[in-house]
Amino acid sequence: MPDLSTTYLGLKLKNPIVPSSSPLMQKVDTIKKMEDAGAAAVVLHSLFEEQIIREADALDHALEQGAHSFAEALTYFPDLGNYNLGPEGYLEHIAKVKAAVKIPVIASLNGVSNGGWIGFAKKIEQAGADALELNTYFIAADAEQGAPQVEQMYLDLVRDIKAQIKIPVAVKLSPFFTAFANFAQRLDAHGANALVVFNRFYQPDFDLDNLEVTPNVILSTSEELRLRLRWVAILHRRVQADLAITGGIHTGADVIKTMMAGANVAMTTSALLEHGIGRIRVMLDEMTRWMDAHEYVSVQQMRGSMSQSSIAYPLAFERANYMKVLRSYQVV
Amino acid sequence: MPRVQVTLDANEAAAYIAHQVSEVIAIYPITPSSPMGEWADQWSSEGKQNIWGTTPLVVEMQSEAGAAGAVHGALQTGSLTTTFTASQGLLLMIPNMYKIAGELTSAVFHVSARSLAAQGLSIFGDHSDVMATRQTGWVMLCSSSVQEVMDLALIAHAATLQARLPILHFFDGFRTSHEVMKVEQLTREDIRAMIDDDLVRAHRARGLSPENPVMRGTAQNPDVYFQARETVNPFYNAVPSIIQKTMDQFAQIVGRQYHLFDYVGAPDADRVIVAMGSANEVTQETVEYLNARGEKTGVLKVRLYRPWSAEDFVNAIPASVKTLAVLDRTKEPGSAGEPLYQDVITALVETGRAIKTVGGRYGLSSKEFTPAMVKGVFDEMRRGDLDGRPPKNHFTIGINDDVTHTSLDYDPNFSTEGADTVRAMFYGLGADGTVGANKNSIKIIGEDTPNFAQGYFYYDSKKSGTMTTSHLRFGPKPIHSSYLIRSANFVACHQSEFLEKTDVLRVAEPGATFLLNSPYDPDQVWDHLPRTVQQQIIEKKLKFYVIDAVAVAKETGMGTRINTVMQTCFFAISGVLPREQAIEAIKHSIEKTYGKRGESVVAKNFAAVDKTLERLHQVAVPSAITSQFDMRLPVPLEAPAFVQNVTAMMIAGKGDDLPVSAMPADGTYPTGTTQWERRNIALDIPVWDTETCIQCGKCVLVCPHAVIRAKVYDSKYLDGAPATFKSTAARWKEFSQMKYTLQVAPEDCTGCTLCVEVCPAKNKTQTGLKAINMMPQLPIREPEKANWEFFKQLPEMNREQINLQLVKDSQLLEPLFEFSGACAGCGETPYIKLVSQLFGDRAIIANATGCSSIYGGNLPTTPYTKNGAGRGPAWANSLFEDNAEFGLGFRLTLDKRLEYASELLPQFTDLVGAELVDAILHADQSSEAGLLKQRGRVQLLKERLDARVGAKHASPLQSAAKELLSVADIFVKKSVWIVGGDGWAYDIGYGGLDHVIASGRNVNILVLDTEVYSNTGGQMSKSTPRGAVAKFAAGGKPLAKKDLAAIAMTYGSVYVARVAMGASDSQTIKAIIEAEAYEGPSIIIAYSHCIAHGIDIAKGLEQQKLATATGYWPLFRYNPTLAREGKNPFQLDSKAPSLPLPKYAYNETRYTMLVQSNEEAAERLMKLAQEDVNARWKIYEKMAQG
Repeated sequence: MPDLSTTYLGLKLKNPIVPSSSPLMQKVDTIKKMEDAGAAAVVLHSLFEEQIIREADALDHALEQGAHSFAEALTYFPDLGNYNLGPEGYLEHIAKVKAAVKIPVIASLNGVSNGGWIGFAKKIEQAGADALELNTYFIAADAEQGAPQVEQMYLDLVRDIKAQIKIPVAVKLSPFFTAFANFAQRLDAHGANALVVFNRFYQPDFDLDNLEVTPNVILSTSEELRLRLRWVAILHRRVQADLAITGGIHTGADVIKTMMAGANVAMTTSALLEHGIGRIRVMLDEMTRWMDAHEYVSVQQMRGSMSQSSIAYPLAFERANYMKVLRSYQVV
Repeated sequence: MPRVQVTLDANEAAAYIAHQVSEVIAIYPITPSSPMGEWADQWSSEGKQNIWGTTPLVVEMQSEAGAAGAVHGALQTGSLTTTFTASQGLLLMIPNMYKIAGELTSAVFHVSARSLAAQGLSIFGDHSDVMATRQTGWVMLCSSSVQEVMDLALIAHAATLQARLPILHFFDGFRTSHEVMKVEQLTREDIRAMIDDDLVRAHRARGLSPENPVMRGTAQNPDVYFQARETVNPFYNAVPSIIQKTMDQFAQIVGRQYHLFDYVGAPDADRVIVAMGSANEVTQETVEYLNARGEKTGVLKVRLYRPWSAEDFVNAIPASVKTLAVLDRTKEPGSAGEPLYQDVITALVETGRAIKTVGGRYGLSSKEFTPAMVKGVFDEMRRGDLDGRPPKNHFTIGINDDVTHTSLDYDPNFSTEGADTVRAMFYGLGADGTVGANKNSIKIIGEDTPNFAQGYFYYDSKKSGTMTTSHLRFGPKPIHSSYLIRSANFVACHQSEFLEKTDVLRVAEPGATFLLNSPYDPDQVWDHLPRTVQQQIIEKKLKFYVIDAVAVAKETGMGTRINTVMQTCFFAISGVLPREQAIEAIKHSIEKTYGKRGESVVAKNFAAVDKTLERLHQVAVPSAITSQFDMRLPVPLEAPAFVQNVTAMMIAGKGDDLPVSAMPADGTYPTGTTQWERRNIALDIPVWDTETCIQCGKCVLVCPHAVIRAKVYDSKYLDGAPATFKSTAARWKEFSQMKYTLQVAPEDCTGCTLCVEVCPAKNKTQTGLKAINMMPQLPIREPEKANWEFFKQLPEMNREQINLQLVKDSQLLEPLFEFSGACAGCGETPYIKLVSQLFGDRAIIANATGCSSIYGGNLPTTPYTKNGAGRGPAWANSLFEDNAEFGLGFRLTLDKRLEYASELLPQFTDLVGAELVDAILHADQSSEAGLLKQRGRVQLLKERLDARVGAKHASPLQSAAKELLSVADIFVKKSVWIVGGDGWAYDIGYGGLDHVIASGRNVNILVLDTEVYSNTGGQMSKSTPRGAVAKFAAGGKPLAKKDLAAIAMTYGSVYVARVAMGASDSQTIKAIIEAEAYEGPSIIIAYSHCIAHGIDIAKGLEQQKLATATGYWPLFRYNPTLAREGKNPFQLDSKAPSLPLPKYAYNETRYTMLVQSNEEAAERLMKLAQEDVNARWKIYEKMAQG
């Protein structure tokens, strides 16, 4: 029986499979099932500051709409006293999950204001999360904002949050950076404890019947793993931060590839949505069988074994287009 | 525990006491008492306990009659029980009131006294309702002010236990119930000390119990009933002393001494006014003013009205009094005098006290009662001293009765307002939050300063674009001014467009401060003021401040809510508090009001406060009037005479000046008056894009205010069209040679955007644009006004050429319901408008009280209108509870009249021709063509009958001809519509509705289902869905919505349809046409989105679609005609649910607020609600399969 254990964000994990941040995490029961199926840790769904603001605004709008305008109906709703509109619900959820499972619980945060990021990060730490993943969902659509500004925004954020909280901080990133390796190193230098590659955004689609833009997210496939393998393989041993791959992890083989690229953990959601929570156990079994068959004794043994720094032809990760390579001209 | 000063209104004050001394509270919403029930329900849902440490059980009933029954039952089983009501609600309680009193039961009702519906309904305050109960045997105790309401409420609850008689504690609706006043709040210890637990246990012990069985409610016979009725006399005899002792006990504990009759004034007064309620406050203020100037006047405040203690009353009158004037806030036509007057006369006669006494009426329906009027009465009382003429008796004060000349003259300029009271008036828009902010301001002043403080708020009669006026008084002396501010030293106008419609500065006293929200800078604003306003500012030497509050609100994320900005300005200018302290107090109040809605809401309000002062500027007032424009006329000059002379006065806010002779004596008003009001309340209005439009008619159909119209017409009519008038080729095969125009009434639009939302056509090069797009109104107002006028005179479509079943066609029909005062984006009015398009020229509508009777029939202007031939819906509102029966009455008349006319007609066969008689009697009127032909026949008949009637020689046939002429119109088919909301159909009117649909008579019932009592502010009805939060269902409604349609279908003889225009407009039209065609009772239950759902109203139709897609609102029609043809009468018109219920429900605050406040309950109820949907769908699916 190979040793599947790994470490991530300073946490000792029994294996590398970590269900990633998704709405599945809204139910404590589901998280418990994940633990039972073998998940080594979980990343909770994100606390969205923007959503909190919108919900507050929507409630405020609804309660004020038509109020104090007509003598017979000065209001239209009862005053319920407490609306649980801040992060309290999320923070309570952290506590409930912590009480229900033994595996580490990583919270996730998406802020829109500096105050929001830092304030919520502190509250999440106080609520008992083992670590925090920053869900830096950001589309650089502002033409006035150049790449250096965007990158600096991320760096400042990591620095500020690290200064305020003690629990480890992971940064979940998009692949859309001009010089990703350089940027990753700078994040590392600013104190990020882990880099999670890559965020999967809602993508716009066009509804031709109604001529409307319909943003949605579709389940990932193993195909998406390749982009992530490339960058983890490149970053392995170049950054101090731990590395996590999220997106495209569907099979035990995908997890093994992730480890070989140099990641500490493999995060998955689509596979669980598609096949059910039990998929974690299937993937672990597949891993174990493969490792047994190929006489690997531990995950540690294979981690980074196919990273750029470990393979014979490091350029394989930098090749962007097909180029005919003639073996005969290869210099020995 | 020390008593604290609180700033609250009388409804809250009464509920505060009642909740602490009750075990069971049975309620039903009615204006203006609803807030008392709402407070009680809220406190119980929060677990607040009564003085015995248990939370009162609050239950909403289906009507006031139901509430009274439940109260009676709870009392009979020994609970301390109360209720809150007013007006028609109190009338519904009368039968039980006799029982409760007859059985010597301790109970208290708190009543915010209100007018009764007579020639018209009024939600406002007077004593008509309580006076209609004075014979029931209840003790009646009256409070005059907010403080008294709290005090006497407790005295009532304490005294009833000892007296063993029920007490009706009342105070003036609105004037007192809604007046916010700084008062001393009684403590729990005060309440505890006043209530004798031995008496409570005695009350409980008298309750029915099988452990000690007794019976009540026997049937008694001539031998004993009379004697048994006289047994109660000792109890009534004891009441005055019990009440007085309780008042004395209260004085010992609290320090405020009340008497059955409290006299205030000169000890040697020669003239005294006797009154009840808030009139006592203004009279006291006037008495003190007059006496300080040498007059000898007084006011005798009646607190205990029943039992009437003649002895106590007479003893309270100073010996010096020569003349009494008794003021009644009610009218008893045909009586010897109003009730209080008669009681006073009786008391004087019976005690042998000879004082000249006159009686008069004042203040009906919250008509202002001012110091000027009080002085007018006092002046009249000494009339004999001045000119020898005796003072007028049975007078009226405050109106100009130029018909029977009852009214007293008075000097309206007389004022008692002192310089030491700050009087601030604020003109706001309902939607801008002015009233809410002012309520907070008065609380700040009341609770953060030593000032006495009073706030009163006035609303106009519309639900959209409402103008509110806030009246705030504060100062170092107690405030007794129970009337609107008539002379203000601070006037704020929160919407600059009001300056063109309303004489805002009429109330500004010389040297007053004027604050205006205006988009213009301080150096530009002057030229944008109407001439009248400029003149007033100059002549009254006003200090003029301006702020662009809209800009501040926009910058700080407040949208259109400028309340916080204007509130900050008020504090900054008025100097009531040091600036820093004021800002701190405002922020504290913001936190208190909005804190629980989230930090971001508080933050943006804070930002608005912080940004305000830098934008507030004093304007250097020029010395000359320079403006190029003035205030607008309330109605255009071409309006009819009644509108010019009467309606316009009401629109201009001068309805108080209308004399009695101007008013229709029997409550009959002309229809079609909204067209003259032209409210200009929309900032943006829809603009038509001819190229993109597919002429589907959907925007016309859904427009709640009928401001979008479509016409197809011959191109020749385009001659003389204004330059910007748009038209395009009609996209109908049969009208391909004709032109099509979609026109917006620019001044009547409310800017709701439903039309844009529903438009299915998108601009091919810019998909963000549709065939109809919102644009700023102001730049296009004038050209579009001209276009609208031109459009109106284009010919209407020939109804015979239209396929009514098609949305596209039906929307070429002229709506006969337009420009109502309903909320912007109302979900009800499109259905009514559609009915008016299809059948309006032959419809009679019975309308239940509620939203639809308010936007349908609230003065000054009403939306039902006439077509070019002068025909249109005839409309009436009877009551809330009896609407189905009322409408059935219409049908009975029509049926009987048709029978009678059909009996008469054959007598004229020789005269008018057998062919015509036969054609009339057997006409097929199932189509527009058939109806048109029948109209022609009836016209011919009338012409031929006219000839006979005009014959020189009288004959029996001539007399019969007159008869037939008077009923001949009945031969054209009439359409009876019974319209109301779910509060009526599911609850209060359900018994009648059930009877009417069981009658087999041809009536059409349209239920505008908003799933709450919308008109009174969103209270739960039996239509409220499971899991939704509503007032009286703060924890989410625990049980499923009643399936009224399913119940109606059980008869098998009733046409039943469930429709949702947003889900299927064609099914809606089909159902309405089928229902009308069905020769029997029909009921259509129409999904009506509402602001009480907590939605973005522009998405109302989208929500309707989702309601159907989730299976929550399945569409179907049950047509008994099909059963007679051997077919399945039930047709399911919507598809099986394709979405889970939350996809619909969680777009609405009524559901999400439960998630936010109690996630576990929300989840549980949503699961059950989903099961409801699934189960119901299965049943319907099975029914559809036959």
